[in-house]
Amino acid sequence: MSPPQCTDLATIGIKSLRARVEEDPDFLFKYIEEVYKIIEKYEGVIKAYITLRPMEEVVREAEEVLKRGTLGPLGGSLVAVKDNISTKGIRTTCGSKMLENYVPPYDATVVERIKTAGGIIIGKTNMDEFAMGSTTENSSFFPTRNPWDLERVPGGSSGGSAAAVAACEATVALGSDTGGSIRLPAAYTGTVGLKPTYGLVSRYGLIAYASSLDQIGPIGRCVDDVARVLSVIAGHDSRDSTSLKVEVPDYTQFVSEEPLRKYRAVVIEEMIGEGVDREVIKVLEHVVDKLEGYDIEVEFRSIPILEYSLPAYYIIAMAEASSNLARYDGLRYGIHLSTEGLLWTKTYAQVRKMGFGDEVKRRIILGTYVLSEGLYEGYYLKAAKVRRAIYDSFRKLFSEFDFAVSPTAPTPPPKLGEVVADPLKLYSLDINTVPVNLAGLPAISVPGGFVGGLPVGIQLFGPPLSEGVLINVARMVEVIVGYER
Amino acid sequence: MSDRVIIGLEVHAQITSLKTKLFCSCSSDYRGRKPNTNVCPTCLGLPGSLPVLNRAALEKAIALALALNCRISEKLIFVRKHYFYPDLPKNYQISQYDRYGLIPFAVSGSIAIDMGNYSKVVRIRRINIEEDTGRIVYPGGSPLGSTYSLVDYNRAGIALLEIVTEPDFSNSREARVFLEKLGSILEHLDITDTSLEGALRADANISVAGGPRVEIKNIGSPRELEKALNYEIARQLNILKSGGTLERETRHWIKEKGITVPSRAKELEGDYRYFPDPDLPPISIPPDLIESIKRRLPELPDLRARRLAEEYGIGSYMASVLVLNKRLCDHFENTVRLCGNPKLVSSILVNEFLRWVDELDLDLGEGLRRLNSKRLCRIVDYLEKGLISVKLLKEYVRRVIVENTDPEKIVESGMTTLSSAEDIEKIVEEVFKEYPKAVEDARRDPKAVNFLVGQVMKKTRGRADPKLTNAIILRRLQEHESG
Ligand SMILES: [Zn+2]
Repeated sequence: MSPPQCTDLATIGIKSLRARVEEDPDFLFKYIEEVYKIIEKYEGVIKAYITLRPMEEVVREAEEVLKRGTLGPLGGSLVAVKDNISTKGIRTTCGSKMLENYVPPYDATVVERIKTAGGIIIGKTNMDEFAMGSTTENSSFFPTRNPWDLERVPGGSSGGSAAAVAACEATVALGSDTGGSIRLPAAYTGTVGLKPTYGLVSRYGLIAYASSLDQIGPIGRCVDDVARVLSVIAGHDSRDSTSLKVEVPDYTQFVSEEPLRKYRAVVIEEMIGEGVDREVIKVLEHVVDKLEGYDIEVEFRSIPILEYSLPAYYIIAMAEASSNLARYDGLRYGIHLSTEGLLWTKTYAQVRKMGFGDEVKRRIILGTYVLSEGLYEGYYLKAAKVRRAIYDSFRKLFSEFDFAVSPTAPTPPPKLGEVVADPLKLYSLDINTVPVNLAGLPAISVPGGFVGGLPVGIQLFGPPLSEGVLINVARMVEVIVGYER
Repeated sequence: MSDRVIIGLEVHAQITSLKTKLFCSCSSDYRGRKPNTNVCPTCLGLPGSLPVLNRAALEKAIALALALNCRISEKLIFVRKHYFYPDLPKNYQISQYDRYGLIPFAVSGSIAIDMGNYSKVVRIRRINIEEDTGRIVYPGGSPLGSTYSLVDYNRAGIALLEIVTEPDFSNSREARVFLEKLGSILEHLDITDTSLEGALRADANISVAGGPRVEIKNIGSPRELEKALNYEIARQLNILKSGGTLERETRHWIKEKGITVPSRAKELEGDYRYFPDPDLPPISIPPDLIESIKRRLPELPDLRARRLAEEYGIGSYMASVLVLNKRLCDHFENTVRLCGNPKLVSSILVNEFLRWVDELDLDLGEGLRRLNSKRLCRIVDYLEKGLISVKLLKEYVRRVIVENTDPEKIVESGMTTLSSAEDIEKIVEEVFKEYPKAVEDARRDPKAVNFLVGQVMKKTRGRADPKLTNAIILRRLQEHESG
C-alpha cells in the first residue's frame, strides 16, 4: 500500500530501478521525470523539501552516473538528504533561520559515499530546527504534511525525509536519529527507517544536535532499500573519532523472508504500558503472533529503569545541544546582521535571538542550566548514571534475546498543532525510541499495519551491530503484514 | 605588613614541531600566512565538522610530562570549556579538567631552578593538552585606536600544552628563570621553538603583601615576564603604601609601554560548564607507550648542565645558566669544539653576550648569529695571542653584537692592546709630565699609582696592556727616586 501521491513507476525500489537501468539507461530519465511530476503535483502541499534541486541538474548528474561504466550499488537512485547533513555547494539550513543561507564547502562522509555509489542527491528535506522536535512543525520555514493524511504530521525530526520517501518524491532518504528522529517519522509515514548502532555510520558532516546520541540512517519504502543504503553508508571513517572500526557486511544478504537462524525475541513491558494506544498494541500483538509462527519464541520482560529514560535523555541531549549550538554567533557563517557600532556581545545576543526558534532556545537554556556549576552533579552526572544503567540492563537482556519488539510510537500520527504546543506531550512521543539511543543500539521501524487508515510502525531493536538480524526480522514483518510492493 | 610576594604561573606552549594542528590536518606553521587561509571545516568550527586527535601531540605531551616528573593519567579525557569570544570558533575550547571524575592529562611534577646562591624546586600542578584560539587583529594596532576588529583563525586549533605551577615563586627573577628553564626543556624535547612569536606565553598570578590575587595576561617571553612582574609588584606596593586597597582583577601586560592595564572587558569569573567532549572518546595511554618515549628521551637541561660542568670544567652555576637556553648551550659546545677554552667561552656567553642581548632587546637567535662561533673563536684567539686585553675583549664582544661586524674589522681599525713597551713608555712619559703632583704622591703612596695607570688607559682609550703599563710606571717611579 502506498499513499495516493505514488504511481507504480515512482514506487520502484533500488533493486528494480538498478536492474531496469542496467537493461535500458533511458529508464533512469523516465523515472526521474516521473518523480518530478509527483513533486510538481504534490510538493506544494506536502512540503517535504527545503531545497529541491532543479530537474535539469539531477538529469545532468544522472548522465554522469551512466557514463561511469559501472552503475554502483545505488544505480541512479534519487536520495533525499535531511537538511542537517552537509552537502558541498547545496545550502544546508538545519531547518533554522540561523543557517538559512549557509552553503557548506564540504560533503558529509555519507554524502560522499552515496555519490560514489551512484546515488543522486535530489534535495534537502525539511526537519525540526536543529533536529529538535518530533513532528517537523518546529522547522523555521514551514511544517511538512503527512502524505497519508494531510491534516497530520509526518513525525520528526526527519519528517521531510520520511514524507518525501512515502510520497514517492525520492527513492530513498537519509535521516538522523537522536531520540527517534528516523523511526518516528518512518512509523507515521508507513516507511522503513533504520537507526544504526552508534558509531556504525560516520557523523562527519552531520550538524550536531546531541553528539553522543546522533546517528545518520536510511529511510526507504521497503527493507531491501534500507539495507542497500546502509551497506553504502556504514563503515569506519577516520574523520569521526566515534566511528567504529568494524567490517561491514552487505546487508542485503539479510533481506530474507525466512529467519536466517533461530531467534528469541522479547517484549519490554514498559514499552506497551500506560500512554500507548490500545489499537497500536493490537497491531503489535498481531505481528508478534505471526512471528511466533516462524518458530520465534517471544517472552515478556520488565526493565524498571526505563522509567527514567526520558528525563535522562532530555538532560543529556539538551546539555550537549547547548554546547554544540554555541558556535552559531553569525561571525563566520549563518545569518549576518548589520551590527555596526554594537559590541560583539550585543551582536552575538542579537544573532542568537533572531536566528533560533523557541524550542531551540528552550533546549539551549535548559542545557546550559544542567551544566552549570553546582547543578552538574545533580543533573548531568545523574543522567549519565541512568544512561549507564539502561545500557547495562539492555546488555543483560540481549545476552538472553536476539531482539526486542515494540510499537515505535505510542499513537498514530497526531494532527498538526495537536502536540507541538505542549512540550511534555511532544517529548513523550519518543518514549519507546530514546532508550535505544541512550544505549547506542541499532533499531528499525517497519510498517506493522494501520489504525483508522493511518500507518503504525513496529520497532525492532537489538544488541550493538545486530543490524543484520533486525533487517531479517523486518523483512519478515513486511511479509506478515502484506505491506509489499 | 610584610612585602611578601607570591607568584604562580600558567604557561601555554605551542607544540611547534608538529606538522598539523591538534584536531585537523591544517598546517601547524601558521605564521606569516594570509589571514584565514590556514583553516578547514574543523578548525573553523563549521557545522558538522569533527575533531580527530593528532597522535603525535599526545606523544610530545608524554615526553614533557616525563621530563617534568609528572604523574601521567591512564586516560586522556577531553572536555569542552565554554565561553563566548570571537577568537574561539566553536565558542568552546577542547581541553582537560580535574573535577567531576574528569582528569588532567598529567599532574604533580616539578622543575628545579638554580638561582646562583640558592636553588629551588618549583612544583607543577598539572599539564593539559588543548587547542589554541585564533587571533584578534586591530586595524589601528590596538583596541583603543580601532573602531572595529578582525579575526584571523590561522592559529585556531594549534596544539598547546598548558603547564600550571603551584604558587611557588617569591620574586620575578625566579619566575623568569623558571620560564627560561621550561622553555629550554621544551626546546631539548623538540616540542617548542621558543624563538617563534607567541610560541611560549605566560599568564602570572601575583599576590603582594597578602593582598588579593591579580592575574596578568599576555606575557610573551621570560624577559617580559620579569619586567611585567616587577612593574606589577611596584604598582601594588605603591598603592598599599599610599593607603589604597587592591582588588582581585585581571590585567594585561602592554609590552610596548612596559605597563599592565586592567582588562578592558570585565572578565567575569566564568562558569565554563565543563563536560566530557562527546566527539572525542577517552583515549587510553598505554604504559608501554610511556616507557618507549621514556627510553627515547634526549639529554635534558639538568643532566646536560652536570655533563658540561664535568666535561668542560666550568662552574656548575655557569653550566646551569648555559642550559637555560638550548641554542645558547649548543652554541657553547660548538664553539668549544672549534677553539677550546671552555671557561673563557662560557664566561663570554653568560657574562657578556646575555647582558647585551638583554640590554639591546635583541632576539637571542639573532644575537647568536652575530656572535657566531667563528667570530667568537677569533676573539678568543686575539686574547690568547695577547693582541687584546680582557678589557678590550669585552669591547670586541659588544661591538660584534651591536655592529654585527667581524672581529677582523675591529682589529684593522687599530683597536689592539699597546703591548710594545716602547709605545707605552712614551705615553707614560707624557702622563708624568702632565701630572707631576700625582707622580710625587705615587712615590709615597703605592695606591696612588692607580691614578697614573688610569690616565694612561684614558689616553690610549683602554688599549694599553694594564700589566705592562703598571710595570713601566713602577720602574720609572724608582728611576726618578734614584735619579
Ligand atoms: Zn583545520
